[in-house]
Amino acid sequence: MSTQQEREGRTIRCLIAKVGLDGHDRGAHVIARAFRDAGFEVIYSGLHRAPDEIVQAAVQEDVDVLGISILSGAHNTLVPKIVDGLEEYGAFEDTLLLVGGIVPDEDREELRALGVAEIFGPGTPMEETIEFVEEHAPDNR
Amino acid sequence: MTSAGSDGVGDPANESDGQRDGRQPTEPTGDHAELIADLLDGQHRALARVITKIENRAPGYREIVSQLHEHTGSASVVGITGSPGAGKSTLVDKLAKAYRDRGETVGVIAVDPSSPYTGGAVLGDRIRMASNVGDMDVFFRSMSARGSLGGLSTATSDAVKALDAFGKDRIVVETVGAGQNEVDIVKTAETVCVLVQPGSGDDVQMLKAGILEIGDVFVVNKADMDGANRTVAELEEMLHMRENPAVNLNTGHHGPVSGDAFETAGAGGDDADDSDHSDDAGDSDHSDDADGGGDGGSPDDSDATDSSDPSSLPAEWDPEIVETVATEGEGVSELIETFDEHRAWLERSGQLRAQARTRYAEEIRQLLRADTAELIEELLADRGGVETLAERVIARETDPYAVTDDLLDPLADCVDDRLDES
Repeated sequence: MSTQQEREGRTIRCLIAKVGLDGHDRGAHVIARAFRDAGFEVIYSGLHRAPDEIVQAAVQEDVDVLGISILSGAHNTLVPKIVDGLEEYGAFEDTLLLVGGIVPDEDREELRALGVAEIFGPGTPMEETIEFVEEHAPDNR
Repeated sequence: MTSAGSDGVGDPANESDGQRDGRQPTEPTGDHAELIADLLDGQHRALARVITKIENRAPGYREIVSQLHEHTGSASVVGITGSPGAGKSTLVDKLAKAYRDRGETVGVIAVDPSSPYTGGAVLGDRIRMASNVGDMDVFFRSMSARGSLGGLSTATSDAVKALDAFGKDRIVVETVGAGQNEVDIVKTAETVCVLVQPGSGDDVQMLKAGILEIGDVFVVNKADMDGANRTVAELEEMLHMRENPAVNLNTGHHGPVSGDAFETAGAGGDDADDSDHSDDAGDSDHSDDADGGGDGGSPDDSDATDSSDPSSLPAEWDPEIVETVATEGEGVSELIETFDEHRAWLERSGQLRAQARTRYAEEIRQLLRADTAELIEELLADRGGVETLAERVIARETDPYAVTDDLLDPLADCVDDRLDES
């Protein structure tokens, strides 16, 4: 209860999204669980979602953090679509955008330029991700 | 209400802000006025943000909800509950689709449990919302049962108000059916639908504890599974046995005239028998001997309560059982028809009004309790906290009753003065 009360009025809400065709969601599951155990509220999108669906979920659920898991290498196509969608609904500014998965170094700068706050590759310690979220989650409330 | 008490310790600053907003004649700060206007204007982002504020009990949420109130009242609200895995989310998805096909807009609030240890939660209901992809006119919102925020049902009903004010035609509240919290949540709905899955008599057994009484419509989902017929039969039997438990409960879902029921019952058995014929539940005791025989003493009781309504309208809604296969969408249109019938019955019988009265009365009471608890927490903090007082009790310097009297005497005096004035 004490953790809960400390966080009261400021529970971090996250959407963990699997977008595109890749069907590997073990990593997304692990992250969702770790976030839950860190006291976050986690909404998991399920597999094979279209960018539109992710935008719809992020807007309706009013999440602080949108974590996109992409292992297919299609990040250069999918992430811009999501960013555009969030902008359309005025949700881009106050959503912390994270990408997890396999992103080649040469693509990282481009994703950052789009507004992705951080990119977490394989092997990132869970604590690092959680700390990053706790530190950078926007104070929308 | 213990949780409401501990809330005050959690965020006194936030809450007292909110309270001040609420008590003064409305003086909307520019920020909220804009947010409210945006919501009423149909902006999804604003609706989402308002629900977040409601969930967080953020400063000013009271002002927002109170300003939205005048715009509410047009949506019809269905509550859906049932044990985990019964197929609630899938059914809600198909319901939303069916409503959309009829040109109606839909709001869904899905409540999932949160961890009592970390407060964290994985809200998974959204995964099932596959039929309404990219359709913003289905507004789906996951809420976690944040234990410490006090009055989850209040937060849920406030969120329903936001959806209502936004202009949603149909609102569905979905929650796991275990425990008082969930029962309170579904009571924010006009029509309560309980989902049962076939093949486990135990499930129906579980329903006895509270859920059976609140259901207006029972759905046997996965009706293509073995044992579905038996579950329907068991359910029917239990519903006939339920002897109108609402008589003493005044939940707003069933007979409002509990006092009358007893009077009429005392008036004479002949009348009771006459009016019985309009009521299926009553009939079964006479005609279905195989069914009703095992009830023991119940026929007399149910006769008495069945006779409560002297007019031609059935005083009681006889709970309907609908079979569905949610994954295939089978039975969904029948279910919607049944919801509509129930709604029509509510309107015709005057129950809709009675229900709303009960609901708002309960809401007022809850707010009063919560706010009073806040005030008391402030008072306690001023006296060095409740633990300091407890120490004094341990030291036998004082006792709990004396402490309470000491703290509440000014309030009691104030109430006395008010009563004298009027």
